[in-house]
Amino acid sequence: MIPTLNLRTVVGLLLLLALLLLPLYVELTGSRFLLTLFTRIVILALAAVSLNLLLGYGGMMSFGHAAYLGIGGYAVGILAFEGITSGFVQWPVALLVSAFFAFVIGALSLRTRGIYFIMITLAFAQMAYYIVAGLARYGGDDGLTIQKRSQFIAPINLSNKVQFYYICLALLCAAIYLVWRIVNSRFGMAIQGARSNDMRMRAIGFPTYRYQLICFVIAGTLCGLAGALLANHTDFVSPAMMYWTRSGDLIIMVVLGGMGSTFGPLFGAVALLVLEEVLSGITEYWQIILGPLLLLVVLFARGGIDGLLGKARHG
Amino acid sequence: MRKVLLAASAVALLAAGPAVAQNKSIKIGFVSTFSGPVAVIGNDMRNSFELALDHMGRKMGGLPVEVVYEDDTFKPEVGKQKTDKLIESDKVDFIVGYIWSNVLLASMKSAVDAKTFLITSNAGPHQIAGEQCSPFIFSTSWQNDQTPQAMGHYMNQKDVKTAFLIGPNYAAGKDMLGGVASTFKGKIVGQELTKWPDQLDFSAELAKAKAEKPDAIFVFYPGKAGVQFLSQYAQSGLKGQIPLYTAFTIDELSLPLQKDLALGVPGAQQWVNDLPNEANKKFVADYLKKYPGLRPSFYGAQTYDAANLIASAVAATKGNLSDKAAVQKALEKADFKSVRGNFRFNTNHMPIQNFYLQEAVKDADGNFVLKTVATIVEDNQDRFVTQCHMR
Amino acid sequence: MTLFIEQCLNGLQFGLLLFLLAAGLTLVLGIMDLVNLAHGSLYMLGAYFAATFAAWTGSFVFGAVLALGATLLVGMAVEVIVMRRLYGRDHLDHVLATFGLILFFDELVRLIWGAGGMSLPLPSWLNTSVRILPGVDYSAYKLSIIVVSLGVAAFLYFLVMRTRLGMLIRAGASNREMVGALGVNIKLLFTLVFGLGAALAGLAGLMQAPILTVQIGMGENILILAFVITVIGGMGSIRGAFVAAILVGFIDTLGRAYFTDLLRLTFSKETAATAAPALSSMLIYLLMAIVLIIRPEGLFPANSK
Repeated sequence: MIPTLNLRTVVGLLLLLALLLLPLYVELTGSRFLLTLFTRIVILALAAVSLNLLLGYGGMMSFGHAAYLGIGGYAVGILAFEGITSGFVQWPVALLVSAFFAFVIGALSLRTRGIYFIMITLAFAQMAYYIVAGLARYGGDDGLTIQKRSQFIAPINLSNKVQFYYICLALLCAAIYLVWRIVNSRFGMAIQGARSNDMRMRAIGFPTYRYQLICFVIAGTLCGLAGALLANHTDFVSPAMMYWTRSGDLIIMVVLGGMGSTFGPLFGAVALLVLEEVLSGITEYWQIILGPLLLLVVLFARGGIDGLLGKARHG
Repeated sequence: MRKVLLAASAVALLAAGPAVAQNKSIKIGFVSTFSGPVAVIGNDMRNSFELALDHMGRKMGGLPVEVVYEDDTFKPEVGKQKTDKLIESDKVDFIVGYIWSNVLLASMKSAVDAKTFLITSNAGPHQIAGEQCSPFIFSTSWQNDQTPQAMGHYMNQKDVKTAFLIGPNYAAGKDMLGGVASTFKGKIVGQELTKWPDQLDFSAELAKAKAEKPDAIFVFYPGKAGVQFLSQYAQSGLKGQIPLYTAFTIDELSLPLQKDLALGVPGAQQWVNDLPNEANKKFVADYLKKYPGLRPSFYGAQTYDAANLIASAVAATKGNLSDKAAVQKALEKADFKSVRGNFRFNTNHMPIQNFYLQEAVKDADGNFVLKTVATIVEDNQDRFVTQCHMR
Repeated sequence: MTLFIEQCLNGLQFGLLLFLLAAGLTLVLGIMDLVNLAHGSLYMLGAYFAATFAAWTGSFVFGAVLALGATLLVGMAVEVIVMRRLYGRDHLDHVLATFGLILFFDELVRLIWGAGGMSLPLPSWLNTSVRILPGVDYSAYKLSIIVVSLGVAAFLYFLVMRTRLGMLIRAGASNREMVGALGVNIKLLFTLVFGLGAALAGLAGLMQAPILTVQIGMGENILILAFVITVIGGMGSIRGAFVAAILVGFIDTLGRAYFTDLLRLTFSKETAATAAPALSSMLIYLLMAIVLIIRPEGLFPANSK
């Protein structure tokens, strides 16, 4: 399926290009802080992409998505603490554990609908939060410092900030592409169909529960990857990564950017985090703008940034 | 391939960049808590730092000083974020502050990796004195264990045979209880670690302590929790029955709220308002003048010292801060007048200092103030210095 | 034994506070089908108003009463300005919009009252202990929280079961359209119900203020518990909220108290102290998950019969 070359896609691709050239800009201006900031943006955009698959396309309002950030992050952190610093072990473990949790949580949660689904995903995320906060050996609420980043074979060196940025960016692009392929496949059509009318999909013969569960697991695993990246980025993990308000932040990114669109989560992550940086430089009370802004988006600009760029969202 | 090319050009650009020259001004990053009930501590530290800057004409080694204050909101991950920002975005020359041990532990790797000198003016987790000591980390406060260790000595002097320990469950709390246990010669009949910082209801722990009937209870609860604890200690009927021995629970900030409840309760401290040296007299007098209605606490005194420590290093290196080894040597010399009197560093950059017994009394005007009663230990060294690789 | 009684009373007191918070939430959810994440902000406002008014008037009780009124007004204002536009919309919209409200209120409070938090000191006549049983001294203030909360619970019961307004509330919880079709002024009813919920949240906030905290973001932590209680009890059901709240209060308090000792049998004191509060919290969420899976309408669903 050939992507249509409309404004939304063009802006999205331009943004990716800008992100690609960012390190050059950083070297010219010497503002290394920008590199740190945008690495974080790219990683959270990856998390938002995974949530978009679940929420934007699948219509599954999970309020516990930040749990996977924490699970992936702690997989890396705990293994590093125990002396296993090889990325070849850490990252697959992070992905597997995330997938496992997503499977269990999804299997149980998808039996419910609407507000109950929201609450139960929230409950499971909080449970994960408390499990992690309850581990004295790994710092509990104090968190865990990661002394050495995930080790791969030379020349890959995650401690090199530019390299690490490009790795994250590459993974983000891969994720965007993956989600795009999924959504435009038969599986993706079924998921989106289930979002608008679950009963009808089942009547036609699609096993919606199974499809949604698969979607749930993919989204959780992708987010676990983002968690592993985040742990490497900050050299630190703490239960706060998975507190329910962080899930709220991810949802804001997805909604602001435009749910159910290819580049929406990227727009949302960039917009939110850049706004945060810029506004906090102007006034320390910037969040007072963010709140009502979100409200207005919900009430009037349902398509988010992507919707503003295009005419109507697909799906 | 593109990645390698871009990386290569980036490296080339970096190498061609200008060599780091002498500083035109001194930039200091300050991380503390300025929100929530414990903001009083952060404000005291900030006030003291500002006072120190006033005293030196807002110049260190002839160069103007700029301070960037950041709020860690009492959370380790936020403290780390702010530390990163100060290092990367504000490009500070020094970082000062850190009330909480867990915030410091989360943030210090960033400073050490960036070779930015970090001076903690409160938090003193054992890790920075021992296995994680670093040439870039200095303390103008103490190592967490030292103060309760002094209290342990005092409890021995008072012939206490059995003790019950209560403290919060985070890095510093564990250090505190461990510190008492290491010097107290009697039997510890019970220990309770409470959820931090949420748990402000200590009735269960007090009831458990009551049941064990110890000779004494040792407690560590900084900030608001200290106020709550003393109030509940009185309410539970233990006041007058089982004496209380404290560290960091009664200070000039919590005392106005604790009032009568703090009378007669001993605490150990390395600095009290009435220490009789010139630097301290000036500090306290000018603080009272500049900030009417407020009294400086040990948090502030330590921060005042930190400012002077930095100034001494800047002056000694004549503002050439790019020579890290020289700055480190200058800092290690500690060539400044501390409000504690004599001040010197141990090989692990922790202070070697006296610890005093402080008690709360009512002064002539009816105000509650802290008074030095006795010296418990002199020239005390922390017990982790042997674990530090810097010998 | 005395410790156990004390802990049970603590559990009861915490549960009743949670009930006050959850009652408003469940009413709003049941009658207006509105998911209001900003409920915790009203709880926070109640505490801040009380601290301010008590300082102005010099009287704790007077300050509390004024704070209740203020929170009620704010609640009704929020309903008219924001909530009215959300009725009938997707729950996702509610969640997002009210999440935005949380951010707004947190910053507003910071703007008005500063970042340092506040304190609400107890008047001396409440700051004592009462001997309720030989050997059991319990805080007079906490006892008064229990008494006041039970009183409010009784009032709510009377309101919902014995008055016309209550009848409308119950009818609205089971069938909203019908109530509207019968010619009742739905708009006014909704505003009143929301206001009532806000006042209850404010009451919970101001009552816990002297013993716990008055600071920004205090609503976020307890809000989740309130939602959990709403779900366990059944949405729209005050009775369910009451039972679930007491249950959760007990589990949380007794869990924290006794898990530590239990765990210490096998683990170090540090491990036990870290794991215990986590376990008791997990238990509550586990309970909710089980209820959702087995009996999603809750223990006392409003729409039953």
